[in-house]
Amino acid sequence: MKSWIAFWNILMKDMRNYYLKPPNISWGIIFPVAWTLMFLLKSPTAVDVRGLLPGVMSLSVLFGTTSMLSVTLTFERRSRSFERLLLAPIDLNLLMLAKTSGAIVFGLVNAFVPVLFAAFLTDLSGIDWLPALGAIFLIAVTSTLLGLFIAVSVKEIFEAQTFSNFFRFPMIFLCGLFIPVESLPVFLQPISYMLPLTYGADILKSSISQNGHLGVPINFLILLAFAVGLFAVSVRNVKHKWIY
Amino acid sequence: MDSLEVKQLTKRYGDLAAADHISFSVRDGEIFGFLGPNGAGKTTTINLLTGLATPTSGSARIAGFDCATEIKKAQRVMGIVPDESNLYEEMDGLENLSFCAALYGIGKEEREKKAGELLQKFGLAEAGRKPFGAYSKGMKRKLTIAAAIIHEPKILFLDEPTTGIDVASARQIRELIRTLNQKGTTIFLTTHYIEEAERLCNRVAFIVGGKIVRIGQLDELMREVQQENVVQLTFANGGADLKPALRENFPHVVVEASGTDALRFRSALPLNLTPLMRFFEQKGITVYEARIMRPSLEEVFVKITGIALEKMKQEKEDKGKQ
Repeated sequence: MKSWIAFWNILMKDMRNYYLKPPNISWGIIFPVAWTLMFLLKSPTAVDVRGLLPGVMSLSVLFGTTSMLSVTLTFERRSRSFERLLLAPIDLNLLMLAKTSGAIVFGLVNAFVPVLFAAFLTDLSGIDWLPALGAIFLIAVTSTLLGLFIAVSVKEIFEAQTFSNFFRFPMIFLCGLFIPVESLPVFLQPISYMLPLTYGADILKSSISQNGHLGVPINFLILLAFAVGLFAVSVRNVKHKWIY
Repeated sequence: MDSLEVKQLTKRYGDLAAADHISFSVRDGEIFGFLGPNGAGKTTTINLLTGLATPTSGSARIAGFDCATEIKKAQRVMGIVPDESNLYEEMDGLENLSFCAALYGIGKEEREKKAGELLQKFGLAEAGRKPFGAYSKGMKRKLTIAAAIIHEPKILFLDEPTTGIDVASARQIRELIRTLNQKGTTIFLTTHYIEEAERLCNRVAFIVGGKIVRIGQLDELMREVQQENVVQLTFANGGADLKPALRENFPHVVVEASGTDALRFRSALPLNLTPLMRFFEQKGITVYEARIMRPSLEEVFVKITGIALEKMKQEKEDKGKQ
């Protein structure tokens, strides 16, 4: 069977039905602008827009992907249209890859909204774009899979939102974006290193503000391991919880 | 050959056996009815057969494919109409059908052609560009069936296909099921509308509390519970008043009134109609209809399962309201 036809159509259906809907497009624009403005207003001195960029990009991806995938999957489960996908002769790995791809693309687009705004406010020359792109991609993948983990654990859409925040807000403060990991209390530092966002943020800091501290190759390796591990766990969870 | 072969299939949720050592087979080209009240295990069985649930023990094969180890191969040859119409509300009829075809790897040109044909066939051509969410319940059901057959499955699972829809749509759907079957599709139908099974099925299985209590052909099951011969005579001019005289002349026959112009005759022995007809002729009564009464499948179901008709009817009403 031509599995790619199924893969492509699931992806396109999700893009059309969920990600390209006006409320989500406006979310993708408003959210990064709100974060940037928050830092601008909060800071008593001139703000280093470039220094803010890794944080705002990471948060845009994190919030965009986790929310979207957990909500859309919970919605499809509620309406039982997700059953239609489980009943189709598509390998479960490919199905989950198709479902997560939409959210990953949405996250990637979200990440570049703040870049677009920053281009008007500061000089973006000297950024090492290749690792930055790789980091954004892997942050999108791991955050999406976190969304999938949440979707498998809840039944209602409001639960998906609440549960997402339970993970996201601690991550903002523990991933080293705004408070360097080495400045965190010692007992919190191990938790920080358990978060995939810590490694993605570190690559972005290295590529954009040249102040990462773990080294790009090791960050990539750990992020990749997180992506593969989270995908395997997510598919296993789907199999165990949704195929009764 | 059997399209579906189920052996000792069991599904347990803790102490509850939702399907308890179920065994049956469905032959190629037949309409097989799976009957039982709500919570009997009908949907659980469909879920086990279609890959939405994994059995605790036992096995099932669809078109020769093992449902546990070759479920993706089995899913290619089956179509599934769930008990709720679960297409995408925001997509129109054509998009929904085309999307469902894509899930089976059908190319764009072919799936759009098939989707158009099915919309036409199901009388939904005019609604093809309307979002699914704007469809009536009957239209939703028809489109859901169309979506299940777009890849031309060998076996079609229909879970309560007419529950909660209007009489006209239910009749159309039953006609569609018959047509599909005549074209060679094997049908596995779960329903708690006994009369629906009576109209459509070749064979039925009764399931209660996760267990199959009886399987057989309709005639066979009806004969099994028919303990007496019953004939109903309908009169043009007042024959129903002759009950006492009939009892006197035919002591081995139980005579009961059936409405104002008909009498029902019951006997453990085969009923000879000649003396009865002669009796009415002598009395100057015109008999314009004589009907052999057979038990309905509903009566068969009640006798075999012991489930009260009122309970079944209440469930029908409750489900319809939902």
